[in-house]
Amino acid sequence: MSAVTVAPAAAQTRRGGFRLRPSRAVLDIVLAVIAIFWLVPTIGLTIISLRPERFFQQSGWWTVLGAPAQLTLQNYATLFSQGLVPGGVLDSLTTSIAITLPATLLVAIISSLAAYSLVFGRWRGRDVVFLAVVGLLVVPLQVALIPVVQMFRGFGGLTGFNPYGTVLGVVIFHVAFGLPFGIFLMRNFLAGIPTELMEAGRIDGAGQWTLFQRVVMPLSLPAAMSLAIFQFIWVWNDLLIALVFLGGNPHHPLTIFLYDQTRTLAANYWVISTGAMISILIPLIVFFSLQRYFVQGVLAGAVK
Amino acid sequence: MSSRSPGRELAPPRGAGVPTGVPTPAGTPVATSPAVPFTRKPEGGGRREQLGSLLFLAPAGIWLLAITIYPVIATFRNSLFDESATSYVGLSNYKAIFSTASILVNFRNNVIWVVVFPFVVTFLGLMFAVLTERIRWSTAFKTIIFMPIVFSATASALIWRTIFDLDPHVGMVNAAVQTASDWVNPPGLYPVSASAGQTVAGLASTGLSPGASGSLQSSSTVAAGDTVQLGLIGINVAALQVVGAQNAVVPSPSSGGVTGLVYRDFSPSNPTVRGQVFPDEDGLPGLHLTLLRGDGTAAGSTTTDQHGDFRFDNIGSGSFRVQLDARNFRSGFTGIFWLGSQSVTPTSHLSETAQALLSVPLVDLAMIVAYLWMWAGFAMVVIGAGLTSLNRELLEAGRVDGATESQIFRRITMPLLAPVLVVVLVTMIINVLKIFDIILNMAPGSSQGDASTLALAMYNDGFTGGIHSGLSSALAVILFLLVIPAMISNLRRIRG
Repeated sequence: MSAVTVAPAAAQTRRGGFRLRPSRAVLDIVLAVIAIFWLVPTIGLTIISLRPERFFQQSGWWTVLGAPAQLTLQNYATLFSQGLVPGGVLDSLTTSIAITLPATLLVAIISSLAAYSLVFGRWRGRDVVFLAVVGLLVVPLQVALIPVVQMFRGFGGLTGFNPYGTVLGVVIFHVAFGLPFGIFLMRNFLAGIPTELMEAGRIDGAGQWTLFQRVVMPLSLPAAMSLAIFQFIWVWNDLLIALVFLGGNPHHPLTIFLYDQTRTLAANYWVISTGAMISILIPLIVFFSLQRYFVQGVLAGAVK
Repeated sequence: MSSRSPGRELAPPRGAGVPTGVPTPAGTPVATSPAVPFTRKPEGGGRREQLGSLLFLAPAGIWLLAITIYPVIATFRNSLFDESATSYVGLSNYKAIFSTASILVNFRNNVIWVVVFPFVVTFLGLMFAVLTERIRWSTAFKTIIFMPIVFSATASALIWRTIFDLDPHVGMVNAAVQTASDWVNPPGLYPVSASAGQTVAGLASTGLSPGASGSLQSSSTVAAGDTVQLGLIGINVAALQVVGAQNAVVPSPSSGGVTGLVYRDFSPSNPTVRGQVFPDEDGLPGLHLTLLRGDGTAAGSTTTDQHGDFRFDNIGSGSFRVQLDARNFRSGFTGIFWLGSQSVTPTSHLSETAQALLSVPLVDLAMIVAYLWMWAGFAMVVIGAGLTSLNRELLEAGRVDGATESQIFRRITMPLLAPVLVVVLVTMIINVLKIFDIILNMAPGSSQGDASTLALAMYNDGFTGGIHSGLSSALAVILFLLVIPAMISNLRRIRG
């Protein structure tokens, strides 16, 4: 791809084009500087989390380059030594996982089922329903917050179980706002499966459930993977839904843990930085190990 | 990174149709044809099979009806009711929103975000996508730029809050500005801190009066053979140790020249006596002095020694004044409050409502920088996918016909890429309309009210100190109405 564009670039200079075309070396340097700029915030966060607290106000983290002996894992040890106390980092880590895993799996499964029905189902109105799903893609979740809280409370009044203030309540809301994108992505993927494959199954006498399980699910695994990763990172990074639906619950996900730390005095910078590192570690692992799937999810979800 | 061929991991998806007009890998821009055409007609199948198909849809259908569609309708209703959602109040929530300056601030911030951010991020994404096509390490570059997208806005806000910290020992930006500022304008040995209420004139104690532009000069004129004693007060003791001050010594006169002493006019043993040089008083070393003629021109310059002594030799006849230069008192750079609410636009002379609508707080720009860091990778990847799928034959044809590279870019690449750029713009507009967590976490308490947006106001109004429905629901409805154009454009694209 680069050969196509670079070779004529030289030719263009010979013709005296009016746009200055930088040479390859200049471009390399400029982009390297940009890349360094982009890396610096992450490097800074990492170093602050690895420096004992007492250095923080004394000198900038960048001075560590001259004194690497300052780096220790002490902040992490201190944070984790709190154990599973409510509001502690370990408790928050488990709460984040407790919210994210079910919210991700439910969206992947329910979206696949719905997408199957929208593509292979034999009922009228499928296109209208799909358009409705597309319409829901951009609905700001703020519009649903208060009525859902009211519903949860009403449900609590009727049955004695109030999902408001529980992890389940957070998951229910996350699933609702993950579904439109999930259905959309899966439906577009399934629509690419050759009809002949399905017809062959039908002729062999397979029922819909069998077709879904044996033909559709194995084929759509890559798309489901993209969806799951996208949803995982979206739920993991959410602050608003957790703030609203956990109410006074003492068990918080990591985003609320960080938010609470910023509310207290700035002296907690070491907790904030170390906590922030812990909170981005899992998304980073997902990003580097499954980057291709993640990019597909991002490209498909450009509207979210 | 793995050993895959460059660019492979950031390649566009296979088979995933995209509603927003991102060209598919096959090279067909979606904007001109539906992502996946509605070709399969519902036909055949008995009633039982239809029922079975609907069962597959049921979980999603029930979920969306209960937790998305019904609540949207309920919010429209709630916006016309009071804060406990019990009595009808008509449009008064909306009237309150549009007549309260502190709420209008939220609109202004949304406008700033929508006007600035989507265009800048799309431009950055386009630039990165085009430039990386020409380098060998494009996969590494794209990975670095794209990586922050997996960080939560909360974590990113905290990272950038540190970067923009006021203290140059903590905040990188202020450290860089300090380095540059001290290099251009080195601070004096005896800095006067205006923020602590100090003035240069306040330093003058004995034989000195304020001179031109922040300097001090001797109150009386001097001539050859004179010796002057100039006393300063309010000098920091710690600063004296730094400069290595020694006890004040009155110098002997010199014929044909002026000698003198600049000293700290404070004696611990005689704390109330001014204007007299005691043995336990310090001379002030390192002061830059200028000898001024009667017309204000310089006749010479010198620097005080460890005992605060100075001399100007062979000054000739006439009367002079000794000036303590302004640079001795220049304070160093103390940090810019990037996360403050001071306006970038001059609006202090306007009315409260006009200020609320027209000022651009600096913190908004700082947060936009942080958000660019998060989202430039997204724009780059989507635009890059669009570039990859461009019809290379058209570009080649242009080259064969003798078009210059810039003509090809403007006349062929850009028009072909336009649908993708629109997708990125629209996506980013929707994104920043709802912007919430970066403001909650990055703007400090002192400027958060001035940085707040509709989504944050909706949360603050609705969920702090119990649940208040009315005004908050009206704000949510406004947010919803603002995304309707985007919704319509998506539906148009899907239907083809």
